[in-house]
Amino acid sequence: MQVLTPLFHVFVFPGFLFLIAFGLFASWVDRKLVAKMQNRVGPPLIQPFADLIKLLAKEDIIPESANRAMFAVAPLVAFAGVVASAIYVPMWSAQAANSFQGDLIVVIYLLTLPAFALFLGGWYSTNPFATIGATRVLSQLFGYEVPFFLACLGPALAGGSWSISEITAAQADGGWFIAAAPLSFIVAMIALIGKLERVPFDIPQAKTEIVSGPEVEYTGKRLALWKLSFLAETIVASALIAALFLGGPHFWGIPFGDMPAWLAGLVGLIVLAVKILLIVFFLSLTRAALARIRIDQMVEWCLLWLGIPALVNLGIIIFTMS
Amino acid sequence: MAKLDFPVGPQHPALKEPENLRFSVDGELVVDADIRIGYVHRSIERSCSERNFVQDLYLCERVCGICSNAHTQNYCQAVEAIAGVEIPERAQWIRMIMHEFERIHSHLLWLGVAGHEIGFESLFMYVWRDREVIQDILEMVSGNRGHYAMTMLGGVRYDIAPEMVTKIREGLAFLRQRAEYYADIATSEQTFLERTSGVGVVSGETCVQLGAVGPVLRASGVAFDVRRTFPYLQYDKVEFPVRTSELCDVLGRTLVRVQEVIDACDICTQCLDMMPEGDVNMRFPRKVPEGEAVARIEAQRGEVIYYVRSNGTDVPERVKIRTPTLANLPASLEMVKGGYIADIPIAFASIDPCFSCADRMVELNDVSSGDSRTMTWAELVKLSRRKS
Repeated sequence: MQVLTPLFHVFVFPGFLFLIAFGLFASWVDRKLVAKMQNRVGPPLIQPFADLIKLLAKEDIIPESANRAMFAVAPLVAFAGVVASAIYVPMWSAQAANSFQGDLIVVIYLLTLPAFALFLGGWYSTNPFATIGATRVLSQLFGYEVPFFLACLGPALAGGSWSISEITAAQADGGWFIAAAPLSFIVAMIALIGKLERVPFDIPQAKTEIVSGPEVEYTGKRLALWKLSFLAETIVASALIAALFLGGPHFWGIPFGDMPAWLAGLVGLIVLAVKILLIVFFLSLTRAALARIRIDQMVEWCLLWLGIPALVNLGIIIFTMS
Repeated sequence: MAKLDFPVGPQHPALKEPENLRFSVDGELVVDADIRIGYVHRSIERSCSERNFVQDLYLCERVCGICSNAHTQNYCQAVEAIAGVEIPERAQWIRMIMHEFERIHSHLLWLGVAGHEIGFESLFMYVWRDREVIQDILEMVSGNRGHYAMTMLGGVRYDIAPEMVTKIREGLAFLRQRAEYYADIATSEQTFLERTSGVGVVSGETCVQLGAVGPVLRASGVAFDVRRTFPYLQYDKVEFPVRTSELCDVLGRTLVRVQEVIDACDICTQCLDMMPEGDVNMRFPRKVPEGEAVARIEAQRGEVIYYVRSNGTDVPERVKIRTPTLANLPASLEMVKGGYIADIPIAFASIDPCFSCADRMVELNDVSSGDSRTMTWAELVKLSRRKS
């Protein structure tokens, strides 16, 4: 059993299978919501699954001028990074599958891996669109990564720990850190849009400008892997924000202590899933309501309007704690 | 980063038609731009001199799918001028109404495409939903949503019946209100402003030098509108302002177009009020007397010019078409130079390009040596047999 449990965590829950299934479901929710907001019908529930299967069946092409190893490995690294980070994020109770002091830093870095992998994959595919998209990935990274990190520092300071599980446990009395760090929460949500490369920050992909940026040369199962990486990242990053700011699986009036362990885990998972879907709803709303901005506008705006509020909120937390 | 050659097209998601644009980019900045057209050359002008005047009507309608009515109208105007025929007055008013209907549908289509180009999908969806209203009206009046085949030599094909008029008025009132709403969005939605204000700037002076026409010219502060400067049909009897903007950028072009939708609704209402009773078409002679004529009209994209020469038979000797896209292309290259890559699609889209309309000739060039050569009909047939 002791060997099987970590394998279960990596491959079934909260890792590989769960991330794919819930990621595809969340993408259906997102597509359906945006469709409703845009006065369209939207896809059926099965659509994201069908898209995935279709992509897996397609021919896999590697461009002749591309660096084969880098091109092939990049999507695997991205997906592996996201799945690995899922193990340290609480998904069903305040305690994650695994935790240690400093896992917050590890998760933030693992969640940055898809962006770096996307840059490398795009750069080594040597397509002009991919090259421009790849440089945009990196430029954009500087825009959102610093504010995102600063925003995650807020709950870490308020909870007095570098472990996500401990930060979540510190909110078990109902004192969600969104109250202590409201600005940090808003900053984290907006930086999340940049991280997931969605409208208005879908600049690296920008389909009407550079087709689909770094992914342009990818086909078949490698493209499917890219899509899955970003779907899984949506889930993990949303779960991270929920764990840091929204009390993780906690909700008032649900007596987790009185339930048997399996029921507490199930209810906790459902509560967290609802919170993740609420974050997805926010992402859909911005996608429907806004236009894509330019990379220079994005970096400037993010550093000014995300960086400074995150710092201000950190200052307030430190001042009130001492 | 070194300078990079950045191709857009012939196949690219931002282009609806095949055309090759070449940009020299330095990082995100566009240093130089060039265009190669001719991918959709259909030899319409030549085909016109092979068919009779009535058949050419159908051919001209197919120069463009968006401004199809403008082309037939322009062609009829030129041929009728050679024949010295004055069409019935009611037909003139109906032609005007169709002309403005087409302007409404085309400008709304453009607004949706502009939203799509800057990643504002919701605007695209909303505008195209509202555009269905004018499409339904066009279908009710002419029987078609696309190529209306409404204009014919000597008048128009169908009359606008009294029961249609109430429906048209309702539709126009709705569209006018929606156009005002979109004008409000264009001036208040922050991300839309970020992407359109100060983008694709070209001054009025440059526009005039490069021969730009239509909304592009007017958005650079030059008040030129063929409907006002050289009135045709009954345009001297209706009241409408010539919309201009001093902004010289994409935002200015957006505002000019949206305001023209509002004006077009007003013009249609005036036409419906002032339209006299009477015939809508007349017999037109099969043979057109010897002579030549130039007709110009203000289509939604700008000035369309037709030159027709007749040698006294039922087949024209020459039909020459100048579409607004061709006139606006030099100005569009100026718009993207010095701007960002991200602004290329919206800057190009802001002239409302229709490349298939613009292609009048194609030159075969050897890519390596640059030599041009001519292919005969027999060679073309042989080539097509080998390729198929």
